[in-house]
Amino acid sequence: MGAGHAHVLYRESTSAVHRLPPEVKITAMVLFTVAVVATPREAYWAFGGYAVLVAAVAALARVGPRWLLSRALIELPFVLFAFALPFLGTGERVTVAGLSLSVDGLHGAWNILAKGTLGVLASLLLAATTTTRDLIVGLDRLRCPQVLTQIATFMLRYLDVLVGEARRMRVARVSRGDDPRFLWQLRGFAAGVGALFLRAFERGERVYLAMVSRGYTGRMPAVWQGADAATAGQWAAAATVPAIAVCIAAVAVVLT
Amino acid sequence: MHISNGIIDGPVAAIFGALALAVLTFCVLRGRRDLDDRLAPMAGLVAAFIFAVQMLNFPIFTAGVSGHLLGGVLAALLVGPWVGALCVAVVLIVQALVFGDGGVAMLGLNITNMAIIGTAAGYLLIALLLRVLPRTNAGLAITAFVSALVSVVVASQGFVLEYWLGGTTDLGGNLAGLAGTMAGVHLLIGIGEGLITATTVVTVAKVRPDLVYALRARRPVAPAAPTVPVAGGAR
Repeated sequence: MGAGHAHVLYRESTSAVHRLPPEVKITAMVLFTVAVVATPREAYWAFGGYAVLVAAVAALARVGPRWLLSRALIELPFVLFAFALPFLGTGERVTVAGLSLSVDGLHGAWNILAKGTLGVLASLLLAATTTTRDLIVGLDRLRCPQVLTQIATFMLRYLDVLVGEARRMRVARVSRGDDPRFLWQLRGFAAGVGALFLRAFERGERVYLAMVSRGYTGRMPAVWQGADAATAGQWAAAATVPAIAVCIAAVAVVLT
Repeated sequence: MHISNGIIDGPVAAIFGALALAVLTFCVLRGRRDLDDRLAPMAGLVAAFIFAVQMLNFPIFTAGVSGHLLGGVLAALLVGPWVGALCVAVVLIVQALVFGDGGVAMLGLNITNMAIIGTAAGYLLIALLLRVLPRTNAGLAITAFVSALVSVVVASQGFVLEYWLGGTTDLGGNLAGLAGTMAGVHLLIGIGEGLITATTVVTVAKVRPDLVYALRARRPVAPAAPTVPVAGGAR
């Protein structure tokens, strides 16, 4: 029961990036992404600069390029659109390898690929260096409304409950002679989805009541909030990455 | 239906970000009143459930977004429109921050489509249908199915509107095609979503009707039959 409080993407380590307080990392990541998105797409060199920044942070966090790139594949469904754009776009067209492609579409495809990939890499770096507990603490310290952090806390806590209940129900089905293969598992699962929800709720309610009886008031213990909140030095250290990114974006906007 | 970075341009993303922030603030104010001891664990579970079902997604090739279940209507039925919208928003925020699912800079657009438009359209239909349809489990099932189906299609058209306002590549006449693809694919997703929503809500309503927010206003039609104690305690 005690397991599973760190999520699958978290990489255990004690690097400088891991030790930074979560609120600093969240802020830096969001600012970095906004700077990337605000960059004009014709400024190709700027995206090279961002990639170097991401690589530097990854090296500092001891996250290997292989881990990072293979996890970045999850964005594939989202950027597939990019590959359709050169065919769908309008305006001036060029011929590449016998295919008539729209210049605007090609730019659009590059835009989505570059910005999408950089955004995914930035969030993967945050995920690799921050536990879910820290993430909630970070959001709380950033003055995120308590209703939201409360829902987020329970969501992350109950994901394990939900997965655990689903596993128990599957074991129960199989031990009663159900022998599902591949897709046919879905049928048994779909038929039991309501029961799964209810079972998970009743278990979750017990978790909640146990928390309330131990003094939970809708906010995680003050010990979590106060301990090692970010110092000015840590803010300054983490600010270097978004600051460089904003400078690159500003130069790119001026130049194009 | 997560929009990734770079598909919609900055100014439009910023406008929708401000819009989403304003609506969410209102939801926080209203939701705070709703969120009591019974609703807090339910809201968490609904969010976890939505998070889990949104993991199953597949690309819509010509539309730049992925198709998956949304869960807005399930949330609206079980925890009400205010907390429901917040649940979906929390799912989207965590996905964007940690899982790279949908761009962080596009969060406002994603929240507008899935958390706000989806839940609002769904809840309006729920409120209407629950009044019109008979007060039976079948009535509830139909309400859940229809609202979920419509809300998914309406939310998908939110993306088309945003692309029309600020798509980074001019598709010209293909915008109608985009709208058609989105509506068609989401009609199919909506059927799946409707079935899951209806099964889940009806199961919960049968066993623990007190947990269904949308049925709270409803007084029991007939006095409840005296319960017979069962070995091992009543459920």
